[in-house]
Amino acid sequence: MTDAPPDAAPASLGPAPVEVRGLVKRYGELEAVAGVDLTVHAGDVYGYLGPNGAGKTTSLRMMLGLIRPTEGTVRLFGRDPLESVQALDDVAGFVEAPTFYPYLNGRRNLELLGSFDGGDARERIEQALETVELSDRAKDKVGGYSHGMRQRLGIAGALLRNPKLLLLDEPATGLDPAGMRDMRLLIRRLAEQGMTVMLSSHLLAEVEELCNRVAIVRSGKIVYEGAIADLKRSAGATYWLTTTNDERALAVCRAQPGIEGVRTAHGRIAFTADDAAVAELSQALIEARALIQMLTPQTVTLEDLFFSLTEGDGIVNGGRPAGEPATLEASR
Amino acid sequence: MSSGVGTLRAPAGAAPRSRSRPGVATVYRWELFKLRFQKRTYLGLGAAAVVPILFVVAVHFRHHRGEGGSDFAFASYLTKSGLVVPLVLLLFGAVWMFPLITALVAGDIFASEDHNGTLKTVLTRSLERWQIFAGKALAALTYAIVAIFISGTVAVIAGCIQSGFNSVQTLSGTIVSAPKGLELVYMSLLIYLIPIATVVCIGVLLSTITRNSAAAVVGTLMISLLFQLIGILPGLGATVPYLLSTQFNAWQGLLRQPIDWAPVVRAAWVCAMYGIPALVAAFLVFLRRDVAGG
Repeated sequence: MTDAPPDAAPASLGPAPVEVRGLVKRYGELEAVAGVDLTVHAGDVYGYLGPNGAGKTTSLRMMLGLIRPTEGTVRLFGRDPLESVQALDDVAGFVEAPTFYPYLNGRRNLELLGSFDGGDARERIEQALETVELSDRAKDKVGGYSHGMRQRLGIAGALLRNPKLLLLDEPATGLDPAGMRDMRLLIRRLAEQGMTVMLSSHLLAEVEELCNRVAIVRSGKIVYEGAIADLKRSAGATYWLTTTNDERALAVCRAQPGIEGVRTAHGRIAFTADDAAVAELSQALIEARALIQMLTPQTVTLEDLFFSLTEGDGIVNGGRPAGEPATLEASR
Repeated sequence: MSSGVGTLRAPAGAAPRSRSRPGVATVYRWELFKLRFQKRTYLGLGAAAVVPILFVVAVHFRHHRGEGGSDFAFASYLTKSGLVVPLVLLLFGAVWMFPLITALVAGDIFASEDHNGTLKTVLTRSLERWQIFAGKALAALTYAIVAIFISGTVAVIAGCIQSGFNSVQTLSGTIVSAPKGLELVYMSLLIYLIPIATVVCIGVLLSTITRNSAAAVVGTLMISLLFQLIGILPGLGATVPYLLSTQFNAWQGLLRQPIDWAPVVRAAWVCAMYGIPALVAAFLVFLRRDVAGG
């Protein structure tokens, strides 16, 4: 794994690449998207997470102007994709699996897309094919492509537009491990080039590795939006403690300010606390003659937090309940 | 994947991009290009070319066996001038052949995008929806025009091989020279395109609404047949001049001396009455539809 992504993208002037406010989509009685608010800042690698049916793809389709929202607004670099296709000038990507004309070969498909893009898009076809390593298969009909090859051709099609914002719906889904790794490397490289990336994914480890900010959606509503680091901080660190006198230590823990969620499990004491509270607890345990034999911080993964937010009661270790406004914005 | 991504990026600090925009012509060209790779194109154009040949062969054998029907216009002239063959084909092709050939592409041109899931791909490029609609509708019309003219030209050639490039007797009984007859044949084909364009509009509407190629193709043919059914139902004689099926005979006005333009003019406005609402409805549906699948 390379360096962790930064908590927040560098601040930039001008409208945000993606600004969504009060987005709602209803199909009859069904509310697929129920008031989504999110902002993707320039330079973000932004993860859009949620279980199946949470409304991720519908949201992305609305962002690309494919679906009309029942309520709310989408702005891409300050422009409404429903008003004019010019709002998509600096935007590329795909929702669900990228699709092509199966009876045309890969290069012809890209030529078609390049023609539909205008400008100098067609001049980038060879480079795009090389980038996704499809040059050798460019003359084959897309109907004979594997899923992974279509995903890569989808990326190539997106790169033709030379976008500033890339919207990808589960780009690694269905790829083999090598394909997933390649896709991850490609996205990271694009982000390093300064491209803003918004991606939906079920692969939480991948999101944690790639993204600096996330939105987590449940039943069409955002239950968290902000930096992954902030989300972890809000959850607090969980510690496992073993001492020479656990009974006395348990009492100390319960009395100590800043120590929360104190319980015993598997013969150990578990609690959550921040760094400063743990330091003070150590001192208090020494004074109470309950000497520390083991104090182990347990790493909270994005997966833990995701399941807590999307399956449980929506409370992350005493954090904000789901459904309340998600206000944990990354510090910028 | 390779590390060449950086070369695809615009240089830092580059001026804002002013993208030269594609238009209807771009979509139109690509739609015609795509048609070259689809079996239904060759099925339709193949039928348009083969049916006149089969017809001429059938006429040839009937003539040599001494058989010959004379119960329709031009029937008695089929073996006297090859120029009659395309006119007879126009007469019978209106029943189902030309509507079917037309529907093969018109009914598929939008529905196939749904089938392949490619609508979302093209709608997220730099083209407005109306441009995509216009390019596709024009391509469907172009295909129909090509099919009609292929059929007419093959019929002329096959007919002339069988019966010679001879003068033609008009419906008024006058005789016109072969070159004039040829001119009248192609003018008739042009007039025939008026109801064919309406079939294109209906096909496009069904293709847009149903999002299913088979349903749109069959539906278009059914509508065409329905008009003919209404035309033969007792008690509905007053509606006949205003039926789409009747307009397929408007070209016969050209075969009178002097030329009777009344059926041509009526075909123009009657077909507009059917075609324009269908096209506008298809346009509005396409413009406003949610692309939620594929």
